[in-house]
Amino acid sequence: MSLAYLLRRLGTLLLVLFGVSLVTFAIIPLLPGSPARVTLGVQATPEAVATLERQMGLDRPLPVQYVSWIGGIITRGDFGTSLISRQPIRGEVTRRLPATITLALVALAIGLAIAIPAGYVSALKPGSARDLGVSVMSQLGVSVPDFWMGILLILLFSETLGWLPSSGYRPLSDGFVPWGRHVLLPAATVGIISGSIMARFVRSALLEVLGQDYVRTAHAKGVPRRTVLRKHVMRNAAISIVTIVGLQMATLLSAVVVVEIIFAWPGLGQLALTATLQRDYPALQAAVLLAAVTFTVVNLLTDLSYTFLDPRISYA
Amino acid sequence: MAIQTARPTVASRPGLDLLRKALRHGLVLAGGGVVLFLGFVAAFGQALAPYDPLAMDFTARFAPPSLAHPFGTDDFGRDLLSRVMYGARVSVQVAFIAVGISASAGVTLGVTAGYLGGWVDEVIMRVMDVIFAFPAVLLAITVMAILGRGVENAMIAIAIVYAPIFARVTRGAVISVRDREFVTAARALGQTHTRIMWAHVLPNALGPIIVQTSLSLAFAILAEAALSFFGLGTQPPDPSWGRMLAEGRGFLGQAPWMGIFPGLAIMVSVLGFNLLGDGLRDVLDPRWRGRR
Repeated sequence: MSLAYLLRRLGTLLLVLFGVSLVTFAIIPLLPGSPARVTLGVQATPEAVATLERQMGLDRPLPVQYVSWIGGIITRGDFGTSLISRQPIRGEVTRRLPATITLALVALAIGLAIAIPAGYVSALKPGSARDLGVSVMSQLGVSVPDFWMGILLILLFSETLGWLPSSGYRPLSDGFVPWGRHVLLPAATVGIISGSIMARFVRSALLEVLGQDYVRTAHAKGVPRRTVLRKHVMRNAAISIVTIVGLQMATLLSAVVVVEIIFAWPGLGQLALTATLQRDYPALQAAVLLAAVTFTVVNLLTDLSYTFLDPRISYA
Repeated sequence: MAIQTARPTVASRPGLDLLRKALRHGLVLAGGGVVLFLGFVAAFGQALAPYDPLAMDFTARFAPPSLAHPFGTDDFGRDLLSRVMYGARVSVQVAFIAVGISASAGVTLGVTAGYLGGWVDEVIMRVMDVIFAFPAVLLAITVMAILGRGVENAMIAIAIVYAPIFARVTRGAVISVRDREFVTAARALGQTHTRIMWAHVLPNALGPIIVQTSLSLAFAILAEAALSFFGLGTQPPDPSWGRMLAEGRGFLGQAPWMGIFPGLAIMVSVLGFNLLGDGLRDVLDPRWRGRR
């Protein structure tokens, strides 16, 4: 990877992050009402609202407000104060970000645990019954609403079998089993759907490699099938699979937002919805900004990982 | 070097050929069938529904599926089948209007970016990158926070979220045709950029846009259901599939059918548009054949 390429990608990243911050900042100026009015309630006098707006700095020109807002976040991690709890939002997001990341990672692990074997068995015998099965599973995966999948899993594993809790969160510090029992259903909801979708792409990636000359040559040389699959096929398909994971992160993070809400998982998605319903706009800004930044950085890392996986790829 | 010779060909009608091909394609038929059925229910559901979807019957609360109520009833004794049928109209309406807005904006931006290139392309696509940087549902929630709850605002939110996809798809398709001979010829004839973009370039880049429209309709149904599920989209007592699932969530132990049938309706509708989109992609873009 050339330094010029890396710098160019970082430049684009900064540009996108700047745009993301502008859009997120614009939430409050675009609102029909003032956050000061939300804090004080509808009974408050216009004078009291004006006073609070001054205290909150909302009477300053927008560019000044933006610089002060983004400067606070970058230098001190200060996302402002919640309009509802009147507490600094920083503590709230610091608690919630790891919960969202944990859920996304466990969901991704479940997704890959489904997608790789399913794509593998499907690619080995294209046109077979199991290939058709994977194809149907994949189509259903794209079509099932994530919140409905959550409801079905709650119905089965919580309401009917009583095996797992239907909502809530326990940190890992409480022990692996309580944590696992709480994370399993929400992560499985996201993981089953994204795994079904990814299986189709894993299949395509493997089929492409299986058709390559070096695979035919390896077979012709008499290399055992298992070795060919492990050493030649899987290894060369890895880059496509990483691409798939990168592309799937968008769907996965969106699904995590939804699933957090269904399972009362204290992450950024739940914070965003609660903030929207309670009109706690600074909290909404914080949740949206952090989610978008995480998402953008994950995308960049996926792109950059290609060169590490396949040194033949070089970006001039 | 191969020498190409001009050979007289029998005049063909590519549009008709494609239509014939589409009508023989399994996925197009399956998806199209589901979509037509959905359209029929959306158009005539109100007249065909066995009960008034808003009529409450407290003597029939939580009635399980039966001949009288094939999908059961909810906590107010309302017939779920009638509500699901009525909900089809909301879903289809929101999906079509939202995708209509989204496609109009996205295609305009994509054609402009792809055809003009240069700094116009850079600016448009960087703005699209910024919108892409937000997880879709979170962006929709944010737009709803600004605009307020309600089904009309849900349409706008969904349109904003999916416009960049149309822009990207259109731009890609336009780039692949913008340097072809007929475009150069139109330029040589002195036609304006606007006319070339809309009369020559866009019609030849329609394939991927049609496919994207079908797939986006599926996404839009999912997004409307999600927003209504969160209490931001369709407001009570109007029946919407997402809203019905949210209502059913509180009674899963008591009346599981409340959490099953509306979800099934969403899944089948989305599946229909997805199958149709995939089938159309096979027909309109031969490179995709056999990829699945």
